[in-house]
Amino acid sequence: MYAYSDFDHAFLKTRNAQFRAQIARRIAGHLTEDEFKPLRLMNGLYLQLHAYMLRVAIPYGTLNSRQMHQLAMIAERWDKGYGHFTTRQNIQFNWPRLNDVPDMLDALAEVGMHAIQTSGNCVRNVTADHFAGAAADEIADPRPVAELLRQWSTDHPEFQFLPRKFKIAITGSPNDRAVTRAHDIGLRMVLRDGARGFEVIVGGGLGRTPVIGKVLAEFIPEADLLPYIEAILSVYNSFGRRDNKYKARIKIMVNELGIEEVRARVAARFALLRDEWQGADGAILNDLRRAFAPPAFRVAPTDAFDAAYASDPVFRAFVDTNITAHWQDGYAIVSISLKAHGATPGDATADQMRVMADLAARYGHDELRISHEQNVILPHVHKSDLPAVHAALRAAGLATANIGLASDIIACPGMDYCALATARSIPVAQEIARVVEAREHDIGGLKIKISGCINACGHHHVGHIGILGLDRAGVENYQITLGGDATETAALGERAGPGFAYDQIVPAIERLIDAYLDLREGDDETFIDTFRRLGAQPFKDALYLTQGHADAA
Amino acid sequence: MTTRFTPSVVTANDLFEGDVIYLTDAGTWSRLHAEAALFTDPQAADAALEQASAQSDRLVGAYLAPARMGPNGPEPAHFREAFRARGPSNYAHGKQAEGLC
Repeated sequence: MYAYSDFDHAFLKTRNAQFRAQIARRIAGHLTEDEFKPLRLMNGLYLQLHAYMLRVAIPYGTLNSRQMHQLAMIAERWDKGYGHFTTRQNIQFNWPRLNDVPDMLDALAEVGMHAIQTSGNCVRNVTADHFAGAAADEIADPRPVAELLRQWSTDHPEFQFLPRKFKIAITGSPNDRAVTRAHDIGLRMVLRDGARGFEVIVGGGLGRTPVIGKVLAEFIPEADLLPYIEAILSVYNSFGRRDNKYKARIKIMVNELGIEEVRARVAARFALLRDEWQGADGAILNDLRRAFAPPAFRVAPTDAFDAAYASDPVFRAFVDTNITAHWQDGYAIVSISLKAHGATPGDATADQMRVMADLAARYGHDELRISHEQNVILPHVHKSDLPAVHAALRAAGLATANIGLASDIIACPGMDYCALATARSIPVAQEIARVVEAREHDIGGLKIKISGCINACGHHHVGHIGILGLDRAGVENYQITLGGDATETAALGERAGPGFAYDQIVPAIERLIDAYLDLREGDDETFIDTFRRLGAQPFKDALYLTQGHADAA
Repeated sequence: MTTRFTPSVVTANDLFEGDVIYLTDAGTWSRLHAEAALFTDPQAADAALEQASAQSDRLVGAYLAPARMGPNGPEPAHFREAFRARGPSNYAHGKQAEGLC
């Protein structure tokens, strides 16, 4: 993976010293909050309901063991002993004190990490397929391009004050695990005549105006990608709306100008920009490819794995749900669930972070990933090591075998932490996980996603079952959407009907699941397949009519 | 259109800790909702808010939060304020862990 250059280290050191001085001036009264707020947000420091929150970028979700150890240290020393992994592949610390933040940032810088551009109207942390560089279905590792985008967008003077925030997601696989169609720019690697390039999707997004992104270009050669993206940003910077923050995302610009007009303007801008790069982007990309070269995989028998799989039902269940095919023979991708039944989705204690870091160092070629589904991945584990990895995870409470199942729920922090939230998300996720635990393997693949406000950090629009928490006349109320899809067949869920009170939302989800189990044609038909075959009506009936729900009147 | 005034407390976040604080009758700041001054008169509430907002060297984001009088002092009148006064519901962190609610 990429290691920071001297330039990167020097940049961070300067930036951290600058922010340290800004905090000192705020505390000394030389800066008002109005003056300080944009400065702290540029450095990832929010003020939430109960405390400050520091959002730390994990570029394209990739970490090494030293970085994970440092996150654990930070969690223990300056927070409450845990961290929260988010749908943006970031980690959030929920309880820092203002005085401690400069030291936290210096500690991050020691391991090549920071909190820059995790807020503000700039290009945010570039997200990627969490199986990048490991997945058997991948064309190529997209992370060299992701790193190129990170370097290009970090502190880019032209793009620090965009009309609104800007999110880029990238995948090298035809099976989209990066939700590319719900980002301002989504990049999907494709091959044309054997050459690598990208399908460029623009104007996707969730939030109050959910939109599935449109294809701006079917194929941009890899060599042209950066100037092409710069051209998109440039057009957005010029023509995106600044009069209304709710109409400022690029999706609105695409809708108002039309995709053809956007395509023409981007093409015109690209024609000017392409030559200005003079090949510098290509040279850097070549260097980055070397940085992301595959690790030195070993060749070894898998007898130990085969024996454990045959004899140990707990291990077998873990393998069947939490292991994904690796492109390298003998290797596997391990997804570590941060969704133990009843636990807070995405939270890991410092001890758990250390366990995962040590496993990566010992068995995983020193790599970890954070998924947008709020889990942790060991992307390169030899199958013969899986029994030992599983045993260590079990001992740390990290071996929950529920990846992709009903309790593997995305949930934003909601009103338990977030100043923007209109209702709680976490307790709803906790309770759903508890009630589905006994039968979730029978239920099969099911994506439940929960947001605590219309900003949709919990991706509810693209959940098979989406839950949106709202404040209705001073009471928490939860709307359900059905049929969303976050993959390459992306779709927005449709609203089922009236919302449910806090104490009614979990029973409502149970009714949906009961209906699915009654309606499915065999165990192989998943919830979303049944929904697509039958449409929403039988599920609405289960929610509102046959059960005689009070809110249905 | 005018909105009807509801009894309120003046609340903010502490500049250093980020913790939720409340303006008291004595003009000091408390971490306990029950020790907050409850304003039933809109003009007095606005004046208190203005005075609080001027103290930007120790607090952030002062505003009026709806409240009602309870047996032990003012209580939050909205669930958001109840969470601010207590802490998150997934862990015993924040005020609930410090005996401040």
